[in-house]
Amino acid sequence: MSKRQDQGFEHPTSSEITPREIYRDRRHFLAAAGVGAAAGVAALTAHHAQATPAGGGQPAPGKLAALASHKNTALSTTQTPTPYKDVTTYNNFYEFGTSKSDPAKNAGSLKTRPWTVVVEGEVHKPRTFGIDDLLKLAPMEERVYRHRCVEGWAMVVPWLGYSLSHLLKAVEPTGNAKYVEYITLLDPAEMPGQNDPILQWPYLEGLRMDEAMHPLTLLTFGLYGEVLPNQDGAPMRMVIPWKYGFKGGKSIVKIRLVEKQPVTSWMRAVPQWYGFYSNVNPDVSPQNWSQSNERLIGQGGGFGGLFSPRVPTQLFNGYGAQVASLYQGMNLTKFF
Amino acid sequence: MGTSTALSWPRRLLRGRAVKPLIFLLCLLPFAGLFWRGWSNNLGPNPEQTVIWTTGLWALRLLLITLAVTPLRKLTGWAELARLRRMFGLFVYFYALLHFTAWLGLVNGFSVDMAVRDIAKHPFVLAGMSALLLMTPLALTSTNGMIKRLGARRWQTLHRLVYGVGVVAVFHFWWGKLAKNNTASPTVYALILAVLLGLRLWWAWRAAQARRAHLKGERPADDQGKSRSLA
Repeated sequence: MSKRQDQGFEHPTSSEITPREIYRDRRHFLAAAGVGAAAGVAALTAHHAQATPAGGGQPAPGKLAALASHKNTALSTTQTPTPYKDVTTYNNFYEFGTSKSDPAKNAGSLKTRPWTVVVEGEVHKPRTFGIDDLLKLAPMEERVYRHRCVEGWAMVVPWLGYSLSHLLKAVEPTGNAKYVEYITLLDPAEMPGQNDPILQWPYLEGLRMDEAMHPLTLLTFGLYGEVLPNQDGAPMRMVIPWKYGFKGGKSIVKIRLVEKQPVTSWMRAVPQWYGFYSNVNPDVSPQNWSQSNERLIGQGGGFGGLFSPRVPTQLFNGYGAQVASLYQGMNLTKFF
Repeated sequence: MGTSTALSWPRRLLRGRAVKPLIFLLCLLPFAGLFWRGWSNNLGPNPEQTVIWTTGLWALRLLLITLAVTPLRKLTGWAELARLRRMFGLFVYFYALLHFTAWLGLVNGFSVDMAVRDIAKHPFVLAGMSALLLMTPLALTSTNGMIKRLGARRWQTLHRLVYGVGVVAVFHFWWGKLAKNNTASPTVYALILAVLLGLRLWWAWRAAQARRAHLKGERPADDQGKSRSLA
């Protein structure tokens, strides 16, 4: 166990990483071995035993369009990614229903092409971007991030995207730009959950300008080497790894730079529990339950993984070395 | 007595020998389903949540079924329904205990310290805990022997705690769902509970009126004798 730490990230011993080629190859291997299900399963099991690091579920991407990227290991955790199936079938995306399984079932109605994103407000060069412009705006990176939901569960996801700062710099923020708000598509025909007045639609989330400009804040277009599945926020979403998952607005159509702190959808709905910052913090739980620990999804084990223990939650979801300075001098109990 | 041939078929069915074992197995189905899903590694991406939600939901459903026995009996006149009430009640406790154990073990790792902090800090957890505690004396005194020892009247008074359990349990569910701003289904459960408890209040009020009328020497209402029992 010769892990080394820098910038707050644990780096792996080389034996712990599953090379991308291997998990990629598995699919081809399986397809080639498609003489019969039994043969396939046997082959998979044998290969799985070879290639998987201890304790990890083996990822298996779906069949969406591939998205080329290069790995950004400096900004990646070395934890084993949560299986693709769990990342894409266990979602909170109220626009498609309130059950975790609803988004995967219902998000087929969302049309992600053509897609435009308006960037406006306190900027010198407001602009409407087509999705293809956005895909080309900066080099696409793969970053494996920890993902912590406010409900007390966590995942590890290999996202594809680039820092939001690239987009913000392109529109040249004015001196008045203090906050960034980002807004999900409003279209009850494509997003049937919007017929239920559970939240005020469209979904709105926001960041302080320095949070938005932080390199970790990822404008995200894909996961597991492919474009985002609709249920995960296609074609473009936000990922802020040190905050609870709901800060990551999905299927974004508008980004506004503003002077005043936005009132986000969740702050409007249940203000006693949802603050603007929503930083992952094991010591602060305005929620119904303690945030001191979390269940990592897809760990496997007997009884569907029921008895795999919870793990302690880390301040800022473990990204404290990178982001704690943003909140220096702030009372994080008050500004939760 | 030879009167049973004159009874309607639901009453004959309810008197039958097969009813209790059948209802017992039906009440066990949600648990069996969970166990099967666990055995076959099919509890979903978040097995902890599946177990906690399923057991909690069935505890609440069975609680409402238990509370529906008496109103249903009065409305239909099927006295035989009363035979089933204890079994429903004990299954409420069974699922509530499973729900509690799952929370204690899976969420808090059987750490009493953490559990106590959780209860003290979160009204939602406190409500669930209170419901379980209020149910415990009812489960413990559910035997025929305990009814005799306490005396029917005192036993009945004690078991009116179940109304409190209903209110607290629905609050627990409602407050939990408020976290996701999605209180539609708790509202349905609250309305059913309101109807079930409302009927009892209505009957109690009518019984009181009838007693007053009787004392004044007026003609007693025909349901006076029946409606004294609220449980």
